[in-house]
Amino acid sequence: MTAELVRGQNHPLSQVRLEVRISAGAPIVAGATIGDEQGQVLGVEWVAHPGAPTLPGLEVSKQAAADHRLAVDLGAMPEAVHRVSVLLALPSGVGGPVRFGAVAAPFVAVTGLDGTEVASYTITGLEAESAVIAVELYRRQDAWKVRAIGQGYSGGLAELLTDQGLSEARHLADTIDEAVSRAHSRSVAPPPPRALDGDRTRRTASPAPAQSAAPYAAQGPQDTQSSGAPEQAGPLVQGGQGAASAQPSPPYGAQDPQNTPTQAGQPDGSAPAGHCGGAAQADPSATPQPSAPAAGAPIDYSHPRRRTAAPSPAPQAAPPAGPGQAARPVAGDAGGWSMDERLYNQVWGMFEDLARSVAAYRSAVDFADSRLEKEIDKALADPRSRVGRGDAAREAARAKHAELVDQARAALDRDLSQLTAEAEVVEPALPLPYARWDNPVWHGYRVPMEMPMALRLGDLRLPESAELSIPMLVRLPLERGLWIDSGGESLDGSLLDSDELRRLAMDAAVTHAARLLAVHPAGEFTVHVVDPAGSAASALAPLVRTGVLAGPPAAGAAGVADILGRLTQRVDLVQMAVRGGAADSLPPDLDTAQQLLLVNDFPHGFDDRAVTQLRYLADEGPAVGVHLMMVADREDAAAYGPLLDPLWRSLMRLTPVPDDHLADPWVGHAWTYEPSVVPRGSQVLQQVLSQVAAARRSGNR
Amino acid sequence: MVDVSKGGTPSGSVNLTKGQAINLQKNDGGTLTAVRMGLGWQAAPRRGLFGSRTREIDLDASAVLFADKQPVDVVFFRHLVSDDGSVRHTGDNLVGGVGQGGDDEAILVDLPRVPVHIDQIVFTVNSFTGQTFQEVQNAFCRLVDETNGDELARYTLDGGGQYTAQIMAKVHRAGTGWQMTALGTPTNGRTFQDLMPAILPHL
Repeated sequence: MTAELVRGQNHPLSQVRLEVRISAGAPIVAGATIGDEQGQVLGVEWVAHPGAPTLPGLEVSKQAAADHRLAVDLGAMPEAVHRVSVLLALPSGVGGPVRFGAVAAPFVAVTGLDGTEVASYTITGLEAESAVIAVELYRRQDAWKVRAIGQGYSGGLAELLTDQGLSEARHLADTIDEAVSRAHSRSVAPPPPRALDGDRTRRTASPAPAQSAAPYAAQGPQDTQSSGAPEQAGPLVQGGQGAASAQPSPPYGAQDPQNTPTQAGQPDGSAPAGHCGGAAQADPSATPQPSAPAAGAPIDYSHPRRRTAAPSPAPQAAPPAGPGQAARPVAGDAGGWSMDERLYNQVWGMFEDLARSVAAYRSAVDFADSRLEKEIDKALADPRSRVGRGDAAREAARAKHAELVDQARAALDRDLSQLTAEAEVVEPALPLPYARWDNPVWHGYRVPMEMPMALRLGDLRLPESAELSIPMLVRLPLERGLWIDSGGESLDGSLLDSDELRRLAMDAAVTHAARLLAVHPAGEFTVHVVDPAGSAASALAPLVRTGVLAGPPAAGAAGVADILGRLTQRVDLVQMAVRGGAADSLPPDLDTAQQLLLVNDFPHGFDDRAVTQLRYLADEGPAVGVHLMMVADREDAAAYGPLLDPLWRSLMRLTPVPDDHLADPWVGHAWTYEPSVVPRGSQVLQQVLSQVAAARRSGNR
Repeated sequence: MVDVSKGGTPSGSVNLTKGQAINLQKNDGGTLTAVRMGLGWQAAPRRGLFGSRTREIDLDASAVLFADKQPVDVVFFRHLVSDDGSVRHTGDNLVGGVGQGGDDEAILVDLPRVPVHIDQIVFTVNSFTGQTFQEVQNAFCRLVDETNGDELARYTLDGGGQYTAQIMAKVHRAGTGWQMTALGTPTNGRTFQDLMPAILPHL
């Protein structure tokens, strides 16, 4: 079974003869450096590249290509070699893209000779970088492992090679560029651009790696559809480029006492699609699951130690449809072990189907538009066309255009009405963690006995289907922190008063925090708040008044330092315990709950040390159950310059008002995100938090 | 011996010859909704000593979606689903010949879901590893009604040659329905991109 690695994660290699398969949306250069026990690359002869493609046990392609298969024989490596770093770079001087942010996220898979994938890694989050260390194979106690690196360099190959310790880096980078452009002049023309663009998500029939890495990727700047600000998109993409602190991190895959082993697993969003023909029957064993129990078995997403009941029976199948009629949708009509999991998969299936239906519509309209333009140009250019005939040609072209667009719209409407009917049965059936705040299920709230598999953070819409919204569900435990953006403007262009926006952002953050508290069992989720200037007192009132917080909101620089110090220490302790395989050695008084740190007014009250600690928490925290929720306007922290870019990038950006900045993992549409809000005048938040607080008190007694 | 082991062509299926076209409809005349293009091949037997050693033939099936001769989307082992969701590749097979009588790679087409401007879908098979079709035997493509498993048409390629790719067949709109045409054109290239010049004359 393939391990889908996240940045920093490693995986053992049981074979020495391997292939490293690389796929990118555009022709790229692939190479490798080999290093000694200290990780030193001793000279240019330790680099395999298009100009010198072969080293003992290693062969790379001589030219740039969208797909590579590098042959690796670790057994043939000299004894001195302890590390093989696979590097990718965009070819320079051949007129292609110059930044990885403009092409599809590169996908790297390490496979056996029979093609079985051992581990794979999608390098997300690249922006201005034009070279990247993709993965490294390294020797540890006579065994080889692969680690996902994803370290990008905006200075290109020269910077990358310099970072590898090569003094002749600049010269070697030039040599490589020259070899590539020589090969390029011999190779065939690049593939059709549309096809490249279409290659944004890969392996979607088996689960999309993009999805497991970043279920809701930020909108890439290459998307012309997006009216949103591409420059804002930059920081949203997950992971990726190198912060100073972004050294390869310890095994994320290791079991941590708080984390379910399913953290990295992301169910196949395509599988549940109830109405996409036979393709819906994706093999569940293909789901990415680094720590899967048994190959071939369906993946169990629930907590292994918390299984309380046998899988609930499958929902009744959809009743057979009458002739010429679409099947009547049924809630829970998707694969899964529990009703919650089936609904989760069904929602993801609806999300994918809507993304693809709209992609079909947009593609058809684009085609109709460009054909119309071409035909009108032709009519104008034709010297024989008299005025009258030119008009007739234009008229005919317009009629053809209208006909195709009408057909496309009819197909879209057919799909939308099916999805709308499905949403109408699914929405009321959603369990509390997936339900809107106005769903009556919240009035029957009881503190749960186990953590749900996902949480709704809001709704997603496309302009073509304003009526139809898809619940935005994120997996728990959170894989990345959240950033509630209190800057910018709202989608409809109306510049909100900045104080108003800050208030709305804090309200949204409190609502998200309340929902997180509500869906975790009593005492298993702890929320800390940093409000250095006390400016969010009124927004925080529901949390403070009901007593669900770990303590009063921390104020002032001292409060900030204290709480960051404690959480940093906690991450260190748990990491050490995990690394040493000694979870028992944790201090007995350690709070085993997941921790959420809600930060308002950043960077107010933060000194350099606190900023460093915050970045450390954002990087290392999620793997050990420490999560971050920032309520911030990036402009406020502009003084830090690019230092904080990796921080913003590592967080999932959400907005307090509707904003179209989230991309789906399949085609990358810009979706309008709208946060879940509590209906005006509703006491539901108050009631739910009171119960959470009561359960905490009785648990502590 | 893909065909023979199954006792020849299933009833109702049409054995196509190069250039031949058939209308796509259910065996009972109803409208087809989902079809599967199955592609299969076997390694040619090796002569002499160690002739029985298994060899791997890594052929990759791709489908290119065209609108008025413009390529719009491609489904292949690195982009397994067309953006519109209508065409899905079931995954890369790196060995070939594993399922005797079965398909080595399959591409599913959800016909009602094919965007209205897409008028042709061309299916190709190419050898990523550079092996030529001389090392391949019994290469075929067949179109199956995905809803009931009935084979509608099959096209078995002639013997191999010194080329690394085959343009197998196309499924294209005809009136309100769809047709399949056997193409069977040998060409060279590691990926579908290399095959574009050879595909264009067939559109």
